[in-house]
Amino acid sequence: MTTHSLPARTDAPARTEPEKPARHGGRRLLRERAGRTHHAGPLAYILLVLMAVLSIFPLYWTMVAASTDNTRVSQTPPPFLPGPNLFSNLARAWDEAAMGKAMINSTIVAGVIALSTVFFATLAGFAFAKLRFKGRNVLLMLVIGTMMVPPQLGVVPLFMMMSELGWSQQLPAVIFPTLVSAVGVFFMRQYLSEALPDELVEAGRVDGAHSLRIFWSIVLPVARPAMAVIFMITFVHAWNDFFWPFVVLDMTNPTVPVALTQLSAGYVRDQSLIMAGALLGTLPLLAMFIVFGRQIVSGIMAGAVKG
Amino acid sequence: MATSTTKALAGEEPPGPSRAGDGTETSRRRGAWLHRLDVKGAPYAFVAPFFVVFAAFSFYPLIYTSWISLHDVELATLDVMEWVAFDNYVELWGDSRFWNALQNTITIGIISTVPQLLMALGIAHLLNYRMRASLFFRVASLVPYATSVGAAALVFTMIFERDFGMINWGLGLVGVDPVNWEADKWPAQVAISTIVIWRWTGYNALLYLAAMQAIPADRYEAASLDGASRWQQFRHVTVPGIRSTIVFTIVLSTIGATQLFGEPLIFGQGPNGVTGGANNQYQTLGLLLYEEGWKNYQMGRSATVAWAMFMLLVLAFVAQRLIKRLRSRTS
Repeated sequence: MTTHSLPARTDAPARTEPEKPARHGGRRLLRERAGRTHHAGPLAYILLVLMAVLSIFPLYWTMVAASTDNTRVSQTPPPFLPGPNLFSNLARAWDEAAMGKAMINSTIVAGVIALSTVFFATLAGFAFAKLRFKGRNVLLMLVIGTMMVPPQLGVVPLFMMMSELGWSQQLPAVIFPTLVSAVGVFFMRQYLSEALPDELVEAGRVDGAHSLRIFWSIVLPVARPAMAVIFMITFVHAWNDFFWPFVVLDMTNPTVPVALTQLSAGYVRDQSLIMAGALLGTLPLLAMFIVFGRQIVSGIMAGAVKG
Repeated sequence: MATSTTKALAGEEPPGPSRAGDGTETSRRRGAWLHRLDVKGAPYAFVAPFFVVFAAFSFYPLIYTSWISLHDVELATLDVMEWVAFDNYVELWGDSRFWNALQNTITIGIISTVPQLLMALGIAHLLNYRMRASLFFRVASLVPYATSVGAAALVFTMIFERDFGMINWGLGLVGVDPVNWEADKWPAQVAISTIVIWRWTGYNALLYLAAMQAIPADRYEAASLDGASRWQQFRHVTVPGIRSTIVFTIVLSTIGATQLFGEPLIFGQGPNGVTGGANNQYQTLGLLLYEEGWKNYQMGRSATVAWAMFMLLVLAFVAQRLIKRLRSRTS
């Protein structure tokens, strides 16, 4: 696992941006230039534009279908331009398909899970990166090993546990199993190993600060950029998580992905209503990607196994 | 550090017992003791929440699954467990739906994973060029990743619709007869794989890109001095240079493929789609697990399917190991 590496500052995505290398020091410039001596030719641009179109088109078409009415969607050739009914369809989806409740539920679930993941990941990541204790490496290996365990396999006992706790159909049943994330812990450990100088922690010790105080006033300010990345990526995952919420929640109290299955299960399939629901459920994440796309991209790249 | 504090304390100790001195000494000792406790104990306290939550909600259920699979348990009466030993496994072995689901999981897994990772490799290579708007292309490649299984599957269900779907319309323009994407086995599996490929290709491409950027430049320089063409550089420098990333993505995709659930469920039209089509033509092990537990109310059998999925995963990794060993022996 020594091949894992992480740039010291994930809040500086510019270091992966080749178009403005002049901002960085000579060493960085050299590396940027040497790693990619070739400029993209016309063919590369054509292929990448094709890739972008294929990536974005299904979502664009979701919007098109959500903005027309049911009869227009079911005609050939299919519509390619938006119609006039977008907002009325979105409003219908919000009311009729329990999407309103689902959006609120998903915001709570994803928000709580992301906050708790960030907090515990920072706590554990700090310990793994900067504190000395027996069994540290073994425990870190265990954390990494847990990534290989698919949560779906334990779903039957988990369901029994939740009904015993009286949490069936309740949001805590979805929240509690995902309060922590191994990826988050590992990501934060990599980040803090490089971003947090040992001297800073030692100085805190000499001043007589206890570990929690060091965590609070020295580690947290340094960890903030990585915390933002973990928050966003966890939020996306929690918002989109499907299998377990589908098992344990029902239509009276769903999250967004659960409510979306109900949309398509009706006897009369109102296609534009279905698409309006799908669009509604995706909008919050799309908005996040448009605003923080740069940070999310650099966060995912920074957390990658390299080598 | 803890010991040096104790020594300092001992040295400073005033001679002769006095009431006041006694009090400070106890409090100092307590301070030192607390400090040592903090230095020794805090790291464990900091990593504990992760392990507690994982043990309670992941590890314990995983182990308990095997115990449940040896019982008959009904969904309505979860506390009544009747010991049946290996009956569930014997029944599963003789159940044609299990073999069907296993086969579908493997075929959909291959159709969705292989093109996905190859395309991701190509896209990463393109993104690695120096170019304009590189941030736009990176974010664009990640847009499907932001779309939930639900929304993605719903859109693709419509795009692959038999009568008015866009794909069949497009095929009609070039003179191909409409394909029944839902009812026919292989078209359905291709359509479901398309959803998986669409959602995960860009994400994998970014992982590859990150690894490509970490390859030392002198390897390319050496290769081009040796007269290697761009394709040769890609094959002999880039791909070996990101080998562990490739292994990592293969592992993750394999895990994802054995667990496939949402895409076939919603492609088969909502909560009624657990059978994976009228003839189970695209029922995966994930769907079978759900059907046994929450449609047929047989939690014991559901747990047995979960164990079968786990074994499949283990076998997949053993197979990968073997292939790797054979390849390294032949080359």
